[in-house]
Amino acid sequence: MSTELEDLYRELILDHSRNPQGKGDPATAAHQHHELNPSCGDEITMGVTVAADGSIERLVWDGQGCSISMASASVMADMLAGAQKADALERVEEFRTMLRARGAGEPPESLEDAAAFQGVAKYVMRIKCAMLGWVALEACLNQA
Amino acid sequence: MTSLDLPALRAATPYLRHHPDRVYLDSGATSQRPDAVIEAEDAFARTEYAAVHRGSSMATGEATWAFEGARESIARFVGAGEREIVFTENATDALNVVALGLSDAATFGAPELAFGPGDEIVVTEAEHHANLIPWQRLARRTGAALRAVPVDEHGLWTIDDLAAVVTPRTKLIAFAHVSNVTGYIAPVADVVQLARQVGALTVLDACQSAPHLALDLGSLGVDFAAFSSHKMLGPTGIGALYGRVGLLDQLPPARTGGSTITTVTIDDAEFLPSPQRFEAGTQPVTQAVGFGAAADYLSALGMDEVRAHEAEMAGLLVDAVLATPGVRLIGPQAGAERAGLASFVIDGVHAHDVGQFLDDRGITVRTGHHCAQPLHRKLGVAASTRASAYVYTTADDVARFGAALAEVRGFFGADR
Repeated sequence: MSTELEDLYRELILDHSRNPQGKGDPATAAHQHHELNPSCGDEITMGVTVAADGSIERLVWDGQGCSISMASASVMADMLAGAQKADALERVEEFRTMLRARGAGEPPESLEDAAAFQGVAKYVMRIKCAMLGWVALEACLNQA
Repeated sequence: MTSLDLPALRAATPYLRHHPDRVYLDSGATSQRPDAVIEAEDAFARTEYAAVHRGSSMATGEATWAFEGARESIARFVGAGEREIVFTENATDALNVVALGLSDAATFGAPELAFGPGDEIVVTEAEHHANLIPWQRLARRTGAALRAVPVDEHGLWTIDDLAAVVTPRTKLIAFAHVSNVTGYIAPVADVVQLARQVGALTVLDACQSAPHLALDLGSLGVDFAAFSSHKMLGPTGIGALYGRVGLLDQLPPARTGGSTITTVTIDDAEFLPSPQRFEAGTQPVTQAVGFGAAADYLSALGMDEVRAHEAEMAGLLVDAVLATPGVRLIGPQAGAERAGLASFVIDGVHAHDVGQFLDDRGITVRTGHHCAQPLHRKLGVAASTRASAYVYTTADDVARFGAALAEVRGFFGADR
């Protein structure tokens, strides 16, 4: 096995893809957004409720797709449930920047477990997979 | 066993020389050109390049001769007359030229080709989007109805399934000769016979057949056919529309402009016969020369030899897929005839992940819905993985593919 492949599919990613966190019925939240990757049919529907104090009080998602898209949504849900909306939007931007860096530089510590997806940045065809859930969250937060 | 000289074929294909460690199993998407094709394009570009069908210079004459020579090669290759081959951008474009022309038929003096309410267009659920969406649009523009032949759990249909959908109102049947996903080889002669009984036109998507089996469009009797250069060892940017010559001369040109006309006034234009009426604007002449060279190259190999080799590769691909635990083979099952490709789904591992793993092993395959969403939806899967062979594919390539495939479920923990 090449190191690149192990770098892409880190154990944390494979674990989350097998046991995705934060899945639920998006309709139970105040805002929903559906994202589809037309090249492979992967899809995620995100449901988000933002409380009066600006915190994300509910973050649930549903969908089906490859291990990268599922694990990425799972890690994101673990990390950002309960976060402040403004902070969550910052994390989305940091995650996007990391994926666009083609593997250059170190991801910020604020990305926590999501930094495990840095290896995806070397595979241009997989970046959209990793972004799928994050883009859906961003759209929900922008509605809220 | 094939009589193709595989070591020589591979040595004559620069991409394969350049990537000796790579196993290229994505010829269904695009094929790797041999030196002979690249050299033909190069020689033309260096020494004969000029505008075609315009002006009276020696240069124009030489270039036109090369351009029309390519058309002759392609026509011969598919069993067509020269006036029956129209250069298009690709096969998708060729199908659009037919659909757009038919939707304009009522307006531009071809009432016998006009579609309207009460008419029916028949496709199959297995079609590539390129042989589906143009017909959806034709139906929407004209008020005709679109009917789809259902496929079974393997993605297959039979002539009986088609007959159940065809009625006296059927005006056009569009279908793939070889499915790009299932590898199913359609019973073209039966479809043509059925179409003739009800007076329907036939449109054959020959993208996955022209490169892989001996094709005689004249004998098959289809009305239109489309195929692409880059899937048959030629360059990208060019394809061909075949049409029976009487029909092509009636079909209104979808794109108009220079080179297509006889007389132009401020208010109107009259068009040349086929193929010129469809070839508006400056043509991709260098690509046409490469396309013609590819047809000659395949003719020299012998398409019966090519098909025999690929049938052997198809058997090996199916064996490799079926040897994998938790796999679902799409298309004709073991032992049944199929083209030189195999699409499959591995339980618990998404196609993108399968493809990524194989890619890491140097094995290039295609993953996704292969531009056939309705088919994948019917099969109940979002995406599949496809391995496709061509003239240069070896048993060793397939063995490496099979060995890597055997490790996929373990890597992703799908076997736990």
